Amino acid sequence: MTEVERHNFDVIVIGAGGAGLRAAIEARERGLSTAVICKSLFGKAHTVMAEGGCAASMGNANPNDSWQVHYRDTMRGGKFLNNWRMAELHAKEAPDRVWELETYGALFDRTEDGRISQRNFGGHTYPRLAHVGDRTGLELIRTMQQKIVSLQQEDKAEFGDYEAKLKVFHECAITELLKDDSGAISGAFGYWRESGRFVLFETGAIVMATGGIGKSFQVTSNSWEYTGDGHALALRTGASLINMEFVQFHPTGMVWPPSVKGILVTEGVRGDGGVLKNSEGERFMFRYVPDVFKGQYAETEEEADRWYTDPDNNRRTPDLLPRDEVARAINTEVKEGRGSPHGGVYLDIASRMPAEEIKRRLPSMYHQFKELADVDITAEPMEVGPTCHYVMGGIEVEPDTGESTVPGLFAAGECSGGMHGSNRLGGNSLSDLLVFGRRAGMGAATYVESLERRPVVLQSDIDGAARSALSPYEPAKSEGSRENPYTLHFELQQTMNELVGIIRTGEEIEQALGRLAEIRARVRNVVVEGHRQFNPGWHLALDLRNMMVVSESVAKAALLRTESRGGHTRDDYPMLDADWRNKLLVCRASGEDSVVPDVTVEPKDQVPMRQDLLELFELSELEKYYTEAELTTHPATEGDRA
Amino acid sequence: MSYKGQFRVWRGDSDGGSLEDFEVEVNEGEVVLDIIHRLQATQAPDLAVRWNCKAGKCGSCSAEVNGRPRLLCMTRMSLFDTDEVITVTPMRAFSIVRDLVTDVSYNYEKAREVQAFTPPKDLAPGEYRMQQVDVQRSQEFRKCIECFLCQDTCHVVRDHEENKLNFSGPRFLMRIAELEMHPLDTADRRDTAQDDHGLGYCNITKCCTEVCPENIKITDNALIPMKERVAGRRYDPVVWLGNKLFKRGK
Repeated sequence: MTEVERHNFDVIVIGAGGAGLRAAIEARERGLSTAVICKSLFGKAHTVMAEGGCAASMGNANPNDSWQVHYRDTMRGGKFLNNWRMAELHAKEAPDRVWELETYGALFDRTEDGRISQRNFGGHTYPRLAHVGDRTGLELIRTMQQKIVSLQQEDKAEFGDYEAKLKVFHECAITELLKDDSGAISGAFGYWRESGRFVLFETGAIVMATGGIGKSFQVTSNSWEYTGDGHALALRTGASLINMEFVQFHPTGMVWPPSVKGILVTEGVRGDGGVLKNSEGERFMFRYVPDVFKGQYAETEEEADRWYTDPDNNRRTPDLLPRDEVARAINTEVKEGRGSPHGGVYLDIASRMPAEEIKRRLPSMYHQFKELADVDITAEPMEVGPTCHYVMGGIEVEPDTGESTVPGLFAAGECSGGMHGSNRLGGNSLSDLLVFGRRAGMGAATYVESLERRPVVLQSDIDGAARSALSPYEPAKSEGSRENPYTLHFELQQTMNELVGIIRTGEEIEQALGRLAEIRARVRNVVVEGHRQFNPGWHLALDLRNMMVVSESVAKAALLRTESRGGHTRDDYPMLDADWRNKLLVCRASGEDSVVPDVTVEPKDQVPMRQDLLELFELSELEKYYTEAELTTHPATEGDRA
Repeated sequence: MSYKGQFRVWRGDSDGGSLEDFEVEVNEGEVVLDIIHRLQATQAPDLAVRWNCKAGKCGSCSAEVNGRPRLLCMTRMSLFDTDEVITVTPMRAFSIVRDLVTDVSYNYEKAREVQAFTPPKDLAPGEYRMQQVDVQRSQEFRKCIECFLCQDTCHVVRDHEENKLNFSGPRFLMRIAELEMHPLDTADRRDTAQDDHGLGYCNITKCCTEVCPENIKITDNALIPMKERVAGRRYDPVVWLGNKLFKRGK
């Protein structure tokens, strides 16, 4: 029998980024005992990397903004594949979630009249992003971290213990979710990174908020934590994943020096006036406005430049097209020989505003380029290129509650799927975390309150989880078959980057699946050295299993979707295909291996958009995305017929 | 341009340890954290180090390079001569977990003792109005990435474990200043800054400011103004007399 440290909570939240912290705050405010479990130190989650801002139609910068406009922008950005209910909730609730942060102590940048300042961003009709310079994510994390501290202070006053109702277990990693006989969530099993000792959380509900999968790709803006743990754990527990073929490559990552390749350069640079240029000095984005966005973007440099100061009478610059469009355009420029010396393009803000202004608006960018690349962005252009940034795909959830198909398992933020469709707009991630973090926290709380009896953890499951976690310490049968986790990780990243990256073909994806099958066989032979105390080799060996499952989901879904849409571009099927718009590809675990299961992918139709939401769009726009048969209920269609 | 760099990395745990020598490949543009990662991948797979973003934004990879508190991800190898031996050790002010990883729980305990933001009762969400010039002061302190290098370097605790009980360190004295300067916060933390968090221990040598990777002027903009506020409350004779006469305050 395995010896484990045991804890018991009403709700546990896995992940301490924006979504996880917001979910935990909600569950605790509902009076439930809540634990937050995270792989890094408290306050270090990947949300700190978010730079530009948090989208919410508060209308502080332009009073014409409203939830309807935000909703339309979000659906357009996702090429109408979004779960419309999630997009609706998100657009409606985001302003309240931002204002709520002020009551927690957040200090956003201000407008002249003292309200929250909002900035322009790609795909957003109006200036909509609440921000703090270019470190908005840090502000969100720190604000919610401090809100948690304030709730703990209340508990200390009431119960004499800071951790009476809300406790953070940091540097603790979960390796298994456990279910009872009826198939409902009963707990989670993991280890302390520091000591390597096992720990069991018995609970009624789990909120998954583990973020993304970027560490499966070589060039990424994501940190080491982004190994798809939530995606993989949910899948292995019986939940389904949707939209895994849609991976966002942020158009502007650093490209030089090699050791910082992929680090994010905020879209705020373009939102505040920066422009993209190729090696010939051309502002090339004017050539890349796709048909679906024709008429919505400026057609000359003069009009684009006027837009910054007079947005009502001019159209926005195509530098601010949604991210998928800009990333593809950069890719093409480089491929056709008009790239910068280190294989990117130029992002120029130096020639567009005074040095002091740049330092004030984009302090971290100034700092980042100065320290890491010896580039002074107030004097010379940056070199940038696409970097793996975000996965639109994730755990399939009920929009209103965040509940997955497994009773007791909830998800929010990047590890959940549907909200962003095929492509996320910049700024919609931080608002997503707040809106759906809160909803998942409420959903989990309501679920736990409705339970008649708490599901029970089986000892056999604990033993199995411990065995599986320790298997990398067992010596391989023969010396020759011992695998190094670092080497396998490198090969996995290379495979995904080269063959299932920003531009895909059926042939290359098949090749990738072949290589993944080979890597999967070798993952079983990973052997780690040393002991269990803070052993990064062991940690990687366990994370590698998750990356394996997630990578196969991405590749398999990408192979099936024979069209190009948002974060999925097929060179062999370059067009948007209306027949694919309504199709979700659903990934499920199958086969014998419970640790690195096989993945099966099946198509499924979405629920049609509610009539009043459909009517928010002009028929002429919908016709670019929908099949004719889907649009018979639009009033304009009916008018035609009359 | 690549070369073989000479490194000495502290390895061990709470029972003790020592510096170990390594020869590692160094490439153009790399930072010390790249070298540590290369060590893990090729020579020491169980070498423990904390890191996350590798972009100077999360404050996880704090350690000491040639004795100076630094973020490993923001310390470029081009700072050093190619034949220089580079010594990487864990932060000295905190106890060792393993190799370059230290126990930073002191900081989380101190964070919990600072009275949280206390919102105005009469303002609903969405009604907050503040001027940029007023929020800017606290915003500077909110740039803090909690790398704890200021805590590590502060002489009050660096070699004086006994002071930790009564001293919260620059990071959390700055947090108090941040809240005190928040235009809408309604609490008064001047007494507790002095009595419970040890503001008086600070003798403004500015070591914290010097190591701050975010270039926050911790001493000039947070600690000194905070000391002035405490002095103004406690030791200003006019205030003292007013309090006596009108029985205000404690």
